[in-house]
Order: sequence, then structure tokens, then C-alpha cells
Amino acid sequence: MTPVQLVFILVAATTLGAALMVVITRNLIHAALWLVLSLFGIAVMYVLLSAPFLAVAQVVIYIGAIAILMIFAIMLTRRSTSEEGPALNANWGWGALLGVVTLGGLVWVLSSWPGFFAAPAPFPEGTDPLLTLGQALVSPNGYVLPFELASVLLLAALIGAIVVAWDRR
Amino acid sequence: MADPINAIAEWLQNLLTGWGMAPGLALVIRFALGVIVIATVMLVLDIFLVWLERKVVARFQVRLGPNRLGRYGLLQPFADVLKLLIKEDTTPLGADKFLYNLAPIIALATVLLLWGVIPYAPTIVGADINVGVLYIVAVGAIGTLGIIIAGWSSNNKYALLGAFRAVALMISYEVPMVLALLIPVMLADTMGINAIVASQNVWFIFVAPVAALIFLISAIAELGRAPFDMTEAESELVAGYVTEYSGMKFGLFYAGELLHALTMGALFATLFLGGWRGPFVEQIPILGAVYLLVKALFMYWVIMWVRYTLPRVRIDHMLSLNWKFFTPLALVVLIVTALLDRILEGAGASTLVYTLVMLGANLLVGWITLTLLRSYARRERVKVAEPRPVAVPPEPTGPAGGPVSAAPSVTPSTPNN
Repeated sequence: MTPVQLVFILVAATTLGAALMVVITRNLIHAALWLVLSLFGIAVMYVLLSAPFLAVAQVVIYIGAIAILMIFAIMLTRRSTSEEGPALNANWGWGALLGVVTLGGLVWVLSSWPGFFAAPAPFPEGTDPLLTLGQALVSPNGYVLPFELASVLLLAALIGAIVVAWDRR
Repeated sequence: MADPINAIAEWLQNLLTGWGMAPGLALVIRFALGVIVIATVMLVLDIFLVWLERKVVARFQVRLGPNRLGRYGLLQPFADVLKLLIKEDTTPLGADKFLYNLAPIIALATVLLLWGVIPYAPTIVGADINVGVLYIVAVGAIGTLGIIIAGWSSNNKYALLGAFRAVALMISYEVPMVLALLIPVMLADTMGINAIVASQNVWFIFVAPVAALIFLISAIAELGRAPFDMTEAESELVAGYVTEYSGMKFGLFYAGELLHALTMGALFATLFLGGWRGPFVEQIPILGAVYLLVKALFMYWVIMWVRYTLPRVRIDHMLSLNWKFFTPLALVVLIVTALLDRILEGAGASTLVYTLVMLGANLLVGWITLTLLRSYARRERVKVAEPRPVAVPPEPTGPAGGPVSAAPSVTPSTPNN
């Protein structure tokens, strides 16, 4: 077993275990912190896949913004942050079934793809993945349209937030 | 001899592979040792920083500072560390034990993580990743998480309030900080920190002084130091999120805070003051580490100077300063720099012209900002100077409901003020 595989197994187990804890822990703050660990595990996955930009973006966006926002929301809305509710509601069986079916479907679809069992090809010498990603995002042959659409969407959300928060006198 | 660190690393690699170890494993061991060495050096430097901080604050306040233990009081921090180690380690009732113990570790570890990407010398770089600048932002985000955990797990209202303030502060000031960080990235055409240093033939503080200033101020805010220290405002919140911590757990927070200040100084030096650049650094790479340390300590001194000179800012003032002043200013500077960079590079300007035009544009933006602020302040002063309605007692009403006949006219109208 190569060191990379060992690291992968450890990180994957941590990510899955943390994700399971998010679902079954009774304390909401703990659930949010387990979620942070799980998201961090995914960031490490990106590093193992030699995608450092995605890894860092994952940490900045999911841990730095979304998880902290969640913790803030929990702290501000709950009467007591140590309040413990039931971990599962009546629909947990259906949720579990849906999760298993989605996983099965993904594995089934991916297993028909020839690259599923192949080892990843190394990057060609002298290419900077980050540079390639950046150019692909703004090149007309690449993803400029989705990129601009996402920008417009974000701008609309920004303006919407201002309109909602506007103090009409 | 010019490059001892790499020589040692190479010797170690050869030694381990000579023993029949796989080169990959030897590399892992070498990196692990590198991490241990950097962390240890930084923590030992941290002990020295305690002495430095106390000595400098004493000078700012016309005192002597620690001067009894050892020459110039140099042994004082070791006594402090011993005291912290043997102090009783308390955990408040109802605290979340695991998280309560985790928070100080996160607080110190996130600071140490930053040293992994700072280039010490042209050839001595911990990890020369191509997303270095974004990595700094990401590590800052994890630091915020540590503060939330500390505030929440202490089961103390003051600690929680301090954590709320800290998070509001850190999330807000991240915005101008990231915008200011984008400018060196644009000027150097890369996010790798070593490449940013290598491209600073002219220090970026001369090319982008406004961005440097914004970065410095948001770095001080990120540190939670005065004038932005409402997170642990001792007159309101006891000690903010560190209220319940004692002994070495408090020590970790304290060490983290001091080292964070030096780290921000080192980052400023790396991004705007040319990092390891200096005379003879090509011949003797190890000199680069000395230059970096000198520049970092200078910036640390500037941060201390600000801390011990300015009073604390109120939280709403601080937030409106961020959102209504620094963020728009950073956006304007970003747009101006991006446009000028493209135009000047397209026109094939020489380095001197490029620097002068950039400096001029920055000074112009700064001057316009100051003019706008001055006119705003003038309007505000006029508003404040206007006579405001003063509360006067209501007119007493007579039995008939009408106003009582006015006071006899023997006392002619004295202005009611």
C-alpha cells in the first residue's frame, strides 16, 4: 500500500464517520462542528487529487463561511445552545433509503465509465492546473457563459439582500 | 555553507535512502521533520516575543518593563511559562470539555499553519503551493472557528459575547483583506507566495501603498488587537472568549495571539516589503531569512505601536468603518490597479514608469478619499453644531384646561436655555 492510499483510507473513514455523526448527534452545535470535520475531509480529498485550488476554496467557502453561518444561526435562534432534541424524526428510514439508492445509482453509472478503475494520469509536465482552470473559466471555448451566469445570479442575490434589508422610511 | 537548511535536508535524504529506505518514505520523514523544526523554532521565538512585547509596551508607556530576571529581564518569559504550567487548570461547570480543550489548540495551530507557506529565503520554502494567498485566507477562517468554539464551550455569557464580536469582526474584515491581497496577486500574476516575492523587483508597497495600508489595518482587526480589541474589551467583557481559560490553556491563546501578530508582520513583509529580498541574498540564501525576520519584526513593532497608541473603537463604528469605507476603497483600488496594469503592460512601460504611474494613481485615490472624508466630516460637524431641541417641562394647564395666564410680565423674556 502506498502512503497516498493509506492517507486516503484514513481521510475517507474520518469524513464518513464525521458525516454519520452529523446525522446522529443530538446537540446541534456538535452536529455543525462534525460537519466542519466532514467538509475538511473533503478538502483533503481534493489535495490528494492534486486540486489545491478546490481544496482551499472548499475550506474558505464551506468552513469559513457556510459552517460559521450555521453555527451563528444556531446560537442566535435556539433558546439554549445545549438544548437537545431528538436526533431522528419519523422519516429517517426513507432518508436512509434515498441515500443508499443515490449511492448505488452513482456507483452504477460511474462503473460503466472506463476511467473508474484506471489510475489517474499524471499532469503533463509544465502545465499549471490553476492557470488552466482560470483560463477555462473565462475563455469562450470554455466555461465563460456559466461563469457569467453565476456572476449575474450572485449579483441578483446581493441586490435582493439589499432590497430586503432596506429601511423604508 | 551558504544554504545550510537545504544541505542538511539533502544529507538526510541521502542518509535515509542509503539505509535502504524508499525515497518516498524518506521524503515523508524529511517533511515531517521540517514541520517539527519550523513549529519548534516558532514556539521558541514566541517565548522571546513575550519579552519583546512587554519591553516595547513598557517603553511606549515610559516604564522599564521586565528587568530583574536575567540581563534586561530576558529570563522573565521563562518564569512566566513555568508559572502558567504549574497553575491550576480549571474547567468551568457545564463546559463542553472536549471542545473547551480543543479551542486553544486550534488557536495556536492555525497561526503555526501560516508559517508553512511563508518563504524564508529563495531556496528555503516550507510548501511552495500555487494557491498560497488563498491558503492564508482559508487558515484565517479556521482560526475564526477556534474562537467560536472557545466562546461557546466555556458556558459563560461574556465568553459567548466576546466570540460573537470576534466573529463579526473577523468575517467583516476578511472582505477588504481579501480584496487587498488580490492586488499583489495581480501585480505578480501568481498566487504562489514565493513567486510573489521573486517578482518584487520594486517592493509592492511602492506600487500599491493603499492596498498595503488596507491589508495592515484589516490584519490588525483580524488579530483582534487594539484599536479593534472589543472582542476582549476588559472594561465590558472581562476578557472575552478567554475569560474562563487558566494556566497553560490561556497560555496557548496568549502565545497564539503574539505569534499571530508576528505572522501578520511577516505576511505584510512578504507581500509588500519584498520578503527575503535584500543585498547578497543570491550568493548567500540564508541571509534571506534574516532579512525576512528583520522586516517582520519591524512590522510587528508597527502593530504594537498602533495597539498602544489608539483607544478602542466602538463595535458599530468599527463595522461601518469596514463596510462603508474600507470595502469600497479596496474595490476602487482593485479596479484602478487592474486597469492600469493592463494598460501599462500593453504600452510596454519600463519598470520606473510603471512604478511611478501606479504610485501616482494610488496617491490620487488616497487624496480623493481624504477629500471626500473631509467634506463628509464638515457636513457632520454642521449637523452636530445645529441647535437641537432641548426638553422643556410641559406648560402647566389651569383648571379650565387652557393654559395658565403667562407669568407676569415683570420678568421679561429670558431666553429659555
